[in-house]
Amino acid sequence: MEVTIPILILAIPLFMFLVLGLLGMKMTHKLAGILGTLGMGTVLVLSYYTAFTYFFSGAPEFVDAAGNRLQYLVFDQTWLQFTEKLIIKLGFLLDPISAMMLVVITTISFMVHLYSLGYMRDHHGVYEHGFQRFYAFLSLFSFSMLGLVVATNIFQMYIFWELVGASSYLLIGFYYIKPSAVSASKKAFIVTRFADLGFLIGILVLSYYGGTFNFTDLTSIPVEGLANTFQVSEGTAEGIRNIFQTSAAPVFMGGSVLTWALVLIFMGGMGKSAMLPLHIWLPDAMEGPTPVSALIHAATMVVAGVYLVGRLFPLYLMEVTSLEIITVVGALTAFYAAMVACTQVDIKRVLAFSTISQIAFMMVSLGVARPEFHHGLGYMASMFHLFTHAMFKALLFLGAGALIHAIGSNDYTAMGGLRKHMPITHITFLIGCLAIAGIIPFSGFFSKDEILSSCLGYDWVAYIWMSAVAGLTAFYMFRLYYLIFWWKDYKVQEGHHAPHDQPWTMSLPLIILAAVSCVAGFIPFGNFVTWNGHPYDFMEHFDWSVATVSLIIAVAGIALATVMYRKENSLPEKFRNAVPALWTWCYHRFYWDELYMFITHRIIFNGICRPLAWFDRNIIDGTMDSFATITNKASEAIKPLQSGQIQMYVWYYLIGALALGSITVLCLI
Amino acid sequence: MEITAIYYLVPALIMFCCGVYGFITRKNMIAMLISLELMLNAVDINFVVFNRFLFPEQMEGMFFTLFAIAIAAAETALAIAIIINIFRAAKNIDVRSLNEMKF
Repeated sequence: MEVTIPILILAIPLFMFLVLGLLGMKMTHKLAGILGTLGMGTVLVLSYYTAFTYFFSGAPEFVDAAGNRLQYLVFDQTWLQFTEKLIIKLGFLLDPISAMMLVVITTISFMVHLYSLGYMRDHHGVYEHGFQRFYAFLSLFSFSMLGLVVATNIFQMYIFWELVGASSYLLIGFYYIKPSAVSASKKAFIVTRFADLGFLIGILVLSYYGGTFNFTDLTSIPVEGLANTFQVSEGTAEGIRNIFQTSAAPVFMGGSVLTWALVLIFMGGMGKSAMLPLHIWLPDAMEGPTPVSALIHAATMVVAGVYLVGRLFPLYLMEVTSLEIITVVGALTAFYAAMVACTQVDIKRVLAFSTISQIAFMMVSLGVARPEFHHGLGYMASMFHLFTHAMFKALLFLGAGALIHAIGSNDYTAMGGLRKHMPITHITFLIGCLAIAGIIPFSGFFSKDEILSSCLGYDWVAYIWMSAVAGLTAFYMFRLYYLIFWWKDYKVQEGHHAPHDQPWTMSLPLIILAAVSCVAGFIPFGNFVTWNGHPYDFMEHFDWSVATVSLIIAVAGIALATVMYRKENSLPEKFRNAVPALWTWCYHRFYWDELYMFITHRIIFNGICRPLAWFDRNIIDGTMDSFATITNKASEAIKPLQSGQIQMYVWYYLIGALALGSITVLCLI
Repeated sequence: MEITAIYYLVPALIMFCCGVYGFITRKNMIAMLISLELMLNAVDINFVVFNRFLFPEQMEGMFFTLFAIAIAAAETALAIAIIINIFRAAKNIDVRSLNEMKF
């Protein structure tokens, strides 16, 4: 494969960032927006071409004779060389998941670029302040995310991982004159940085014992009894396997070093993917502009944690303990977020918690994936759900953005009965809800069904738990849908015109994403993405009994939501009064934020930071201050010697010269 | 009576000490300049004497003395110019009262 196109895929967004960031203020708003969108469109075409070539060309570097998909290094350039072995490279790795992510990222990013042309201006067509900056940051984010998914080694991934964190910070804090946006951006940055500390330690531990950063070496570890075609360098893989699997493998606090490394790396993923207990930043991140929420906090950046685990999946398979931890964390998060989403008032918060819950679905799916069960169905299901979720969740967020843009408020209490006023938004939002609820034939049905099938193959508790979460998902999504579009008749306020559908730049992405959500489920994903590159037809593993049960659960959830929220009635009130404690806890998100406030302010600030500050002010500063004082006093004392009387200087010189002379003479004698 | 080097060196030493004494004690800058010249001339005598008595076949000491005299003339001119300018600015050439540049 030619190197030019992959380099262009990374270079164009970076170039657009530099151009829009440096020269943005020189050009008109419209030109900046169109430039950014065109740049992203070019990257979209190039990425589609690359992914298409990878999946369908059948070239020997992509597919071997048996039809297994291979990992292919388009280029892998040494960037920093510290020692013989400690080399940091930058490169471009093509394999099933990175090719799939190229498609996902560029599709959503392009849709968001297009959508923002309409969204980032008010009803009179006046562009928002900082419009060019917005597009510059979008380009920076696209560049970082593309660099992350095509990383050839874990260190490159870490670099771009931090870059997406930084661009997320910049975009959450886009409305920097709003204090809530500023604190939300700081919160997101600090929480994910804290998680990345674990990630970094994990990388260091893993590479110290494994002796390599490269994914091709790390993930080519053959698992017992199974053909793994991702084998680039046989020798290295054997070496790593020997290090980690022999009885002499290093052990730390009861866990093997590999388990520790993998759990620490997963901690980075927990931060980025908003898993319990590091989820607190994501709901607040909704302070950013809605297209940003759609791009970063729903479709691409937050699934980086899933992608990371998927990338290192063969290593995780070697340590089943770490997979079990992932399963438990994911299952708890999924249920928690679904519960909270049932009570939130802000429609973006509902979608944020829904995102947390769906990402947790993907995590659980990775956690329960085992090669013995249907060729590692869970891995495929996870990536499939990542793909479909990116499409329908971006659709839902963009729909929510259209509503917020039309109404001017984030709360559903200001909406209700909007279906007649905004038909396009209504239909596309409904398609998104049906997809996430898992109704056949929308895309979410297929991917969620695969996840539930692999849960069933792992453990029936996991299956029942996740099915309950799926039911809750259907319920809260349709609660949101009915509260926005039905519930009551929309009353146009005096002096305001009626809400209406948006310009074509905003409608077109909605329609395209809705169309994708309708058909994406029929993609034979098992042919493209599997954990070891061996394609299979997942319809063979399609369990119709599981599908029927999940369909019934989803319909039941929707039916319950219909009864409670279709028309204005007192049922929700009665329900709230029936279980006041549960409702309050869910409404306050189980008091996680308050817990964090307590820990940080009361324990860390008062218990650790204040004594440290005292030590700093009195001991460290005191030492330095006394040095300065002594020097000052000494110079005051010897200052009169500098009298300005030239004859005194001659005296000193004479006396000194005579003294030196006599010493010399004495020594010679 | 043989005239040896010591007959030249002792007056040169006396001249030099006079120069140092004058330089330290006199307040008037012109007097200080004269004392400075005295020290310089004492050194010149030393050069000539050592050349004459230690290396009679060479001429470096002589020439160095001529060179030093030329430099001293230039330096005196410069010093006088500075003193005149100080006098114009401060109406005074008393070195002990000219201490504005101290610390």
